[in-house]
Amino acid sequence: MDIQTLTYIFVGGTFALYIGIAIWAKAGTTDDFYVAGHHVHPLANGMATAADWMSAASFISMAGLISFMGRDGAMYLMGWTGGYVLLALLLAPYLRKFGQFTVPDFVGDRYYSNAARTVAVICALFVSFTYVAGQMRGVGIVFSRFLEVDITTGVIIGMSIVFFYAVLGGMKGITYTQVAQYCVLIFAFMVPAIFISILMTGNPVPQLGFGSQLADGSGTYLLDKLNGLSVELGFGEYTDGRKSTFDMFCITAALMVGTAGLPHVIVRFFTVPKVRDARLSAGYALILIAILYTTAPAVASFARLNLINTVSNAEYTATPQWFKNWEAIDLIAWRDKNNDGKIQYIAGDAFVGKPAFDSGAGANGERLLSNQNGNSDNELYIDQDIMVLANPEIADLPNWVIALVVAGGLAAALSTAAGLLLVISTSVAHDLFKKMLLPDITDKQELTFARMAVAIAVLIAGYFGINPPGFVAQVVAFAFGLAASTFFPIILMGIFYKRMNKEGAIAGMISGLLFTLIYIVYFKFIDPSANNASHWWFGVSPEGAGALGMTLNFIVAYGVSRFTPAPPEEVLNMVERIRVPRS
Amino acid sequence: MNEDKSHSARDYWKENVTLVLKLLSVWFVVSYGMGILFADFLDQYQVFGFRLGFWMAQQGAIYVFVALIFIYVRQMNILDKKYGVEEDEGDTPIEDKKTIEDIRREEP
Repeated sequence: MDIQTLTYIFVGGTFALYIGIAIWAKAGTTDDFYVAGHHVHPLANGMATAADWMSAASFISMAGLISFMGRDGAMYLMGWTGGYVLLALLLAPYLRKFGQFTVPDFVGDRYYSNAARTVAVICALFVSFTYVAGQMRGVGIVFSRFLEVDITTGVIIGMSIVFFYAVLGGMKGITYTQVAQYCVLIFAFMVPAIFISILMTGNPVPQLGFGSQLADGSGTYLLDKLNGLSVELGFGEYTDGRKSTFDMFCITAALMVGTAGLPHVIVRFFTVPKVRDARLSAGYALILIAILYTTAPAVASFARLNLINTVSNAEYTATPQWFKNWEAIDLIAWRDKNNDGKIQYIAGDAFVGKPAFDSGAGANGERLLSNQNGNSDNELYIDQDIMVLANPEIADLPNWVIALVVAGGLAAALSTAAGLLLVISTSVAHDLFKKMLLPDITDKQELTFARMAVAIAVLIAGYFGINPPGFVAQVVAFAFGLAASTFFPIILMGIFYKRMNKEGAIAGMISGLLFTLIYIVYFKFIDPSANNASHWWFGVSPEGAGALGMTLNFIVAYGVSRFTPAPPEEVLNMVERIRVPRS
Repeated sequence: MNEDKSHSARDYWKENVTLVLKLLSVWFVVSYGMGILFADFLDQYQVFGFRLGFWMAQQGAIYVFVALIFIYVRQMNILDKKYGVEEDEGDTPIEDKKTIEDIRREEP
């Protein structure tokens, strides 16, 4: 069967499954809708958390990023897993004991202040919208490349599916669909990785495969071969770091702490029955995430080696079909600078900026570009995001594997989108309406508000998916920076430092927020030409700004709390209470 | 809360914090230490096809993270039992939804 038929079968089949689960898990109360009635088994919650967490970025983009970054790619690997240690040890059990529905709930109650609650709601909404726009975009790209519908139709199909199960089932529906989505996405990620590992090294375990010798009988280790080729082409050794150590340090910290502070992840730990389950389920979640995260660097080096072998000095006319397919949707570009008909792929930018295609075709049939040449003889532009999706084709795997990867990418994007949409709707219906504007509404009315809020949020997210603001990629760094510099310090001190009061918390959140905001906006939007190590403070890139913002938040909050009144007695009692599982 | 109970609650908390700090120092050493600060130094050692610093950064740290959480879960369950604050097997989910307003109302 051809790829397209298989893809329709796989994608259609998984979508039918998600809808079936949604009908089975319909939510009846706000408890069901916000936290699945606190009845989710820790293993099921671990799977749901893993699917919630692993987004289009983890599934589609991460291995590609690592593939182009070499060892520095570890910032994502460690950053996006190490955060779970913080979450499990410092936040999850206590927030579960606290026992409400949302992160702003905790902030508002612990700091006995609606101002603090409002700041938290704003941060939660901002982080979640930023994130969800990226997911919808991922859905659109997958549809347009593999199902040959245009991006708009793709986004609308994706939206309708999420709309259906999020509005109907709330957290309950989302949780059980996420369990199914985890299974789909991990299977889809592992199958091609195992295939390629066997093809290249003879070792079926990708985690060991990329440390093994190549299967070509040369006795060379795969990474040594890759290092050799990379140096030859001017990229520097693959296994060497390129960023400054301190910058690496800060970016990793911002991603880790940001992970622990992201509301859509934290809220998952409100769904389990007990404090003990919250701890255990963070452990399950991390194992399930680690399966993908330890495979991704293997996939990255396989893909890198395969790519170099396939394109370097190859005749353009002899390149495989996938090369032309991705060129057709603007994600690969080639200009024959020295007119030899071959692809020279070396270090440096081939063109200035993103490729802008003209209508004509060149001497070899390639698409022509209007960009100026970059500062290098490199002739090839490759979008990093295509590596995972293209990998099975590059390695010439059977069609059903490619179809499976498509279904997996969609599962990853949809599961994360659903989790985020729920946070948005809870923030609006629960934190804004029930807790502040309309405290007298009944449970049933609140549920209706929550459903309406999801519906509206899906529409807004869909709009951004179809008309992506140019800054989606830049603001993802911001989502993490914001979570790191606002939520994490405030929640942490709320549990571990009893004397922290409302004045300290609000001052800390606002200073962390403003610092991170200004730092990122300045370097990304106001003066992008200054976005380099000589202008950064302490050599920290905007991606690592969250680490600085977090430090500032801690210092300001502590300082201010020393000079303002201690929190009232009942808040101190509440802190005592959440510190102990049964009391 | 009587004298005795608050005393044991304080000890429980102290032991809890000590455990967390121990685990977090391991967390820091394997990721920021071995994976970033000393990665170049560790790269001189080769384990199979991996340089050690590279392996810690892209693989090893993650395995240690997983282990840390499970050690924490185990130790905390022991600690909960020791201080008699564990949740019973047959317990229904904690319906601990007191808000500040509820507490205010309860207290004279």
